[in-house]
Amino acid sequence: MIHILEKYSKAFGVSGHEEDIRRRIEESVRDHVDSLSTDFMGNLYAHKPCGRKNAPHLLLVAHMDEVGLLINGVESNGMLRFVPVGGVDPRLLVSKRVILGKERVPGVIGAKPIHLQSRDEWKSPIPLSGLYIDIGASDEKEAAAKVPPGTAGTFHTFFEAQEDVVFGKAFDDRAGCALITELLMTEEDESYPVDITAVFTVQEEVGLRGASLLAERVRPDFVIAFEGTTAGDVPRDDYASPSTEMRKGPAISFMDRTAIGSPRLIEHLKKTAEKNKIPFQMKKTVSGGTDIGVIHTKGGIPSVVVSVPVRYIHAPRGILAVEDYKNTIRLAKAALMNFKEVL
Amino acid sequence: MKALLKKVVETFGPSGREDAIRQLLLDEIKPYVDRTFIDNMGNLHAVKEGKGARVMVAAHMDEIGFVVTHIDEKGFLRISPVGGVAPVRCLYQRVLLENGARGVVGVESVKNPNDIDFSKLYVDIGARDEKEARKLAQEGLFGAFLNEMTEMNGLITAKSLDDRVGCVIAVEAARQLKKSPNEIHFVFTVQEEVGLRGAIAAAYNIEPDLGIALDVTGTGDTPDAPKMPMKLREGVAVKIKDNSLLVPRRVKDFFMRVAEKNKITYQPEILTFGGTDAGAINLSRSGVLAGCLSIPTRYIHSVSETASLSDIEEAIKLLVKILESDVKKELED
Repeated sequence: MIHILEKYSKAFGVSGHEEDIRRRIEESVRDHVDSLSTDFMGNLYAHKPCGRKNAPHLLLVAHMDEVGLLINGVESNGMLRFVPVGGVDPRLLVSKRVILGKERVPGVIGAKPIHLQSRDEWKSPIPLSGLYIDIGASDEKEAAAKVPPGTAGTFHTFFEAQEDVVFGKAFDDRAGCALITELLMTEEDESYPVDITAVFTVQEEVGLRGASLLAERVRPDFVIAFEGTTAGDVPRDDYASPSTEMRKGPAISFMDRTAIGSPRLIEHLKKTAEKNKIPFQMKKTVSGGTDIGVIHTKGGIPSVVVSVPVRYIHAPRGILAVEDYKNTIRLAKAALMNFKEVL
Repeated sequence: MKALLKKVVETFGPSGREDAIRQLLLDEIKPYVDRTFIDNMGNLHAVKEGKGARVMVAAHMDEIGFVVTHIDEKGFLRISPVGGVAPVRCLYQRVLLENGARGVVGVESVKNPNDIDFSKLYVDIGARDEKEARKLAQEGLFGAFLNEMTEMNGLITAKSLDDRVGCVIAVEAARQLKKSPNEIHFVFTVQEEVGLRGAIAAAYNIEPDLGIALDVTGTGDTPDAPKMPMKLREGVAVKIKDNSLLVPRRVKDFFMRVAEKNKITYQPEILTFGGTDAGAINLSRSGVLAGCLSIPTRYIHSVSETASLSDIEEAIKLLVKILESDVKKELED
């Protein structure tokens, strides 16, 4: 089950450069849907109608892009300048391995070693302006030939499984992409009582841009977004509420910065979970935004977000509990199967 | 009008949980319009048919509030704001949750009042411990503040004049409206306080020729207030700009022309912050003419928002006269 997540997590797909991840998703879902298409933004659509008249039309959405970086200049000594793409914490970057462009050129985010820093520099994290990418090039010409400005890069992270968790990059939102893929892979004898359009969007991390045109193109009756979201069950203040907690099941969002979840859909998910004895939790922070933010306001489409808790999102390496991933699939599948209860 | 206003401001309805206020407004406006419906977003539409211009009149029925994000071991709730809620204005306020539970906002001890933020606030619902608290409330429940409307020397003080006063102006205008050539959509919008979301959806569906938002605006008439011309008791404010909208000159001129012709007291509104549903309508589809009639209001987003009854009366008069004019002709270049 986890091999799809692995395949997607390893893919390259910084916002605006989603070719590799899109190709992998196409490959995985092709045999399980009626048709596939893309639009001019690069969003990937998978259509799975149920063949029944007047069936409700559901949009399942996950973004396939990941945060990363973009080369915006080459120094005379062959070092590359870069800017972050999406919400990257610059304090995490020093000494991380990256891969750049279609050629997957390896590099490392370099910074002045401790020996050469002044005492003052020890006291605070190195700002973005003090970081560069080193690909081992001897000069500007060699570096620019290999990695011209405009090249995108992502973290070079291995995917590993240990006990009941997996380590990897871009679980935000490859976990969502993998979940939807698994939902589309129905058995011969099972079929959802709803028409499904699954969309894997581009450029979410730079401002929900890919999803901005979905409402008009897909015209769904309901929207469910799947996310890998912040797990906050790490050391914290005594009062602070963990956003979500690992191993406590799928997280349902009642609200975030871009949307208030549809009470009808939230109720449906909760009831479905309780009936099927699937653990779930409410996401307890209201920061961040998702694709439904720009979809639901187009005429008012009931929408909700379901997430797999992931520790350390937007970082080179995240951790996800396999049971949470499986329980999210179970919950989503059951919620789709008994969707008539929403109507 | 005062009795209706009291009922409307005191009704529960934070963004995303507008059911009770929507039902109340539906009952109030239904006798005066041709049809009503609720759209998918939750906006309440009340339509007066007509063959002329399609005019969308938007007043948002949601109010600022909060959502429960955490319940601690001692049975206190932690909350996050819904809409623009200043932490310090929450202190010791009484609150109501969507399930009917009541509470009061408390604060941890802080050295400096400037240190008060939402992480220091909690809601006390009178629970003995976490177990009892979880019976009374759960994470994800929305809440709003409580306060009674009172009157002082021609001014009224209440919670949620923003924007229940706009809702009342819309209902009153629908009641008083005699003959209009226009197709008028009174829309009581949801989720304005979290980003004009209801109006975005409604304007998309209606495709109006003109949008008119009814809302509150800040004033420059209190000690050390921002330098703005708006004052209480100087009439309805005709918006010229805020941070969401530069009112097209034709629209502003049209509103002012109608005010002058009918001897309605008005003042120009130049707001240096904030936005209204008119901004969302303006950017809908390929662009829609939009303007806003505002009620100058002190202490916006507190439980004691204060406005003048006479300004509200002028706003109702002006809206009626605008809606009775031949909007299509008036907006010609």
